Amino acid sequence: MRDVSIIGVGQTPVREHWDKSLRHLAVDALLAALHDAHVEEMDAIYVGNMLSGELAGQEHLGALIADQLGMSGVAALKVEAACGAGGSAAHAGFLAVASGQYRRVAVVGVEKMTDMWNGTVTSGLSMAADGEYEAANGISFVGLNAMLMRRYMYEYDLVEEDFAPFALNAHANAAHNPNAMFRKHVTLEQFTKAKKVADPISLFDSSPICDGAAALILSRSENLNGNTARAISIAASTIATDSLALHDRQDPLWLRAVELSSIKAYAQAGVTPQDIDLFELHDAFSIVAPMSLEAAGFARRGAGTYFGRDGEIAIDGKLPISTMGGLKARGHPIGATGVYQIVEAVQQLRGEAGKNQVPNARIAMAQSLGGVAATAVTHILKGKG
Amino acid sequence: MAENLAPNWRLREQRYQLVGNVCLKCGAKHFPPRQVCTECRGAEFEPFPFSGNGELYSFTTLRQAPSGFEDFAPYAVGMIKLDEGPLVEAMLTDVNQDDLEIGMRMEMVTRKIRAEGERGLLIYGYKFRPSGD
Amino acid sequence: MKPKRDVGIVGYGAYVPRYRIKASEIARVWGGAEEGMPIEEKAVPGLDEDTITMSVEAARNAMARAQINAQVLRAVWVGSESHPYAVKPSSTVVAEALGASGATLAADWQFACKAGTEAMQAAIALVGSEMADYALAIGMDTAQGRPHDALEYTAGAGGAAYVMGPAENALAVLEGSYSYVTDTPDFFRRTHQYYPEHGNRFTGEPAYFAHTLQATRNFMERMNFTPRDFQWAIFHQPNAKFPLQASAQLGFTRDQIVPGLLVNRIGNTYAGASLIGMTNVLDNAKPGDRILLVSFGSGAGSDVFSYVVTDKIVERRDLAKRTAWYLARRELIDYALYARFRNKLVMN
Repeated sequence: MRDVSIIGVGQTPVREHWDKSLRHLAVDALLAALHDAHVEEMDAIYVGNMLSGELAGQEHLGALIADQLGMSGVAALKVEAACGAGGSAAHAGFLAVASGQYRRVAVVGVEKMTDMWNGTVTSGLSMAADGEYEAANGISFVGLNAMLMRRYMYEYDLVEEDFAPFALNAHANAAHNPNAMFRKHVTLEQFTKAKKVADPISLFDSSPICDGAAALILSRSENLNGNTARAISIAASTIATDSLALHDRQDPLWLRAVELSSIKAYAQAGVTPQDIDLFELHDAFSIVAPMSLEAAGFARRGAGTYFGRDGEIAIDGKLPISTMGGLKARGHPIGATGVYQIVEAVQQLRGEAGKNQVPNARIAMAQSLGGVAATAVTHILKGKG
Repeated sequence: MAENLAPNWRLREQRYQLVGNVCLKCGAKHFPPRQVCTECRGAEFEPFPFSGNGELYSFTTLRQAPSGFEDFAPYAVGMIKLDEGPLVEAMLTDVNQDDLEIGMRMEMVTRKIRAEGERGLLIYGYKFRPSGD
Repeated sequence: MKPKRDVGIVGYGAYVPRYRIKASEIARVWGGAEEGMPIEEKAVPGLDEDTITMSVEAARNAMARAQINAQVLRAVWVGSESHPYAVKPSSTVVAEALGASGATLAADWQFACKAGTEAMQAAIALVGSEMADYALAIGMDTAQGRPHDALEYTAGAGGAAYVMGPAENALAVLEGSYSYVTDTPDFFRRTHQYYPEHGNRFTGEPAYFAHTLQATRNFMERMNFTPRDFQWAIFHQPNAKFPLQASAQLGFTRDQIVPGLLVNRIGNTYAGASLIGMTNVLDNAKPGDRILLVSFGSGAGSDVFSYVVTDKIVERRDLAKRTAWYLARRELIDYALYARFRNKLVMN
């Protein structure tokens, strides 16, 4: 295995991009990443996306994006793992370079969600779960998370407000991220008064429907083309799976794929949870944050929400999370999200995170989940410092 | 021409009667039925009709419905822990949302799940309601 | 009048949806008079209910009481004027849901409000002729009345299912049956029409009363019965007035009628109306009781049956939910919700 580094990152703002289609977003992010890396050529392009067929009427994204980027001819393909598509594409790109097959590859995560009405988007997202036994029974993706949250609250004797710190933290961080969708603070009062989407999940527990693209340039670490100073090393890239359907899990309150991919990642990187300086977790819904903290080894089972209560998740806390706004407030353009997380971790490790800079950030973890964590992709990045 | 006929037809035993299967090697009961046993990886099964009785594991009310379910919104869905072991996810019916409680006894009923538009198939299947036990 | 082999009811089951709308609420919307309502309230099906789903639940109750394997059923027959499909049987869905599909007859029956008892007659014939041991007959409806029409006050939802089988396994044994039909156009619904048409007062004397009275009189005369031979009598009940008037004209007392008279609480359940009256009577009858069952269907005709309850009723009736359980679960809705549930909101 060869060591792999990230030598360039790019992103579009997460927005309702009425004037841009899927291809424009992907190319914008890729051009920014190429510019950032000071390179022009690529051996392969990995496109992370979930719903281009359903929501943008377009499949075959590998050839499309390569061509639109003016690189027709290179190897290119789409990687899909529901909401974990972005992380999965990064994993594919990592393997391609680590294997020695390719010298340099681009990874782009892209999702265009706003061209379709909400019912179609809701149906599309429910494809992340079991089509024949969950979606066919009218159970939407937010519905699955809501049932999980209610059971979690029941088992651990919690109330909705116990989850507020995750949303408030995400919004506070997004306020300073120009690429975030929601750049405003949210108060506890706003959180508690928010409209329920699927009780106990409220509007402020859920990530928005939005558009966006983010890109990475990966290179062999031994040949960084003059990018040595700003290169960030990929210390671990792992994937694990769990039963797709919630009802097929022995223990629905334990995110087994998160646990498995985290353990593998810690081993691969030679670190422990205590070494992680910041954690970009998959807070598509508030409930996922504490459950991820538990399964990834940062909190005891059932104690994930204490992390929020005690301020440990803030930028200056013990384990900052969602440092640029997370899925909640930066936004969650499904297949792009996993790549945004890595881009933001790179910003942190380079010391380019502006007002959201985590002091002395050396090791960052990014975790991209597909479905209700039926796929968990974990990346551990190491900076130079 | 009508769409989605075969995909619904082939699930009729599960949908109408809650027929799962039981592993002939280790005896584990599965709903939905499986091809490979999650307990022992055995691959031989017999059909097993579940009683449809169980208790409510969790639930929510969906305010925003996926396509095809708009007419029902808002509607309650739940996870039911069947007495025979497996969890099953379904829409809940014949109940006021405020009356739902984790742990309450539930029973399976057969209801209209949705219609394929104005002209297409009517899809029937299991839902659950409080049994009053 | 009577099959060669003795036949009876082996199992029975009722179904009524949980929603109710008061007749006074309908009157409020259309500015109707509050007094002289044809009934008090009627049952309204939920958004996920139709004749098929309601038939399935009633049939499951009947099968639970019958204590037989679904695979021995040789017929699944559903009588209704509100089959969800114009073409495609309700009965095959019901058969599949019961686990009775395969080697069985299945068909939908149509004869306005007597479609259910027509299915019962056929089931009696099938078992009585020894072509089959067990046959399932269902009468079920989610009847619709045009908004602002007199029928809107009464068109209800509900019905019942009966497993017919050999008399030795019956909880009520058939003594005889009779039918009387003519071409009388008192009420009908043309193909592709959503709501039925009716002849107003023409539905009374020449239709309901003529057929119900004639059929019952002919039957009692041939069977040598008088009203006093029956503990209970159930008549088709399009409103509260007709069955009381008809039964009084025949010489039945109010006490004989009341347990089988549910129209005030659930409305006219059309093909289910007399049959669900009968389930409520069976829920409460004693072994040895004789029951008269009289249906009426527009178009027009009347079926008459007499049954004698056996000892088996005692052990069987609590094997499934009683009619009273369905009557007691009751969620009142207003006209707006009723309009939504019954697809009366224009969405295009």
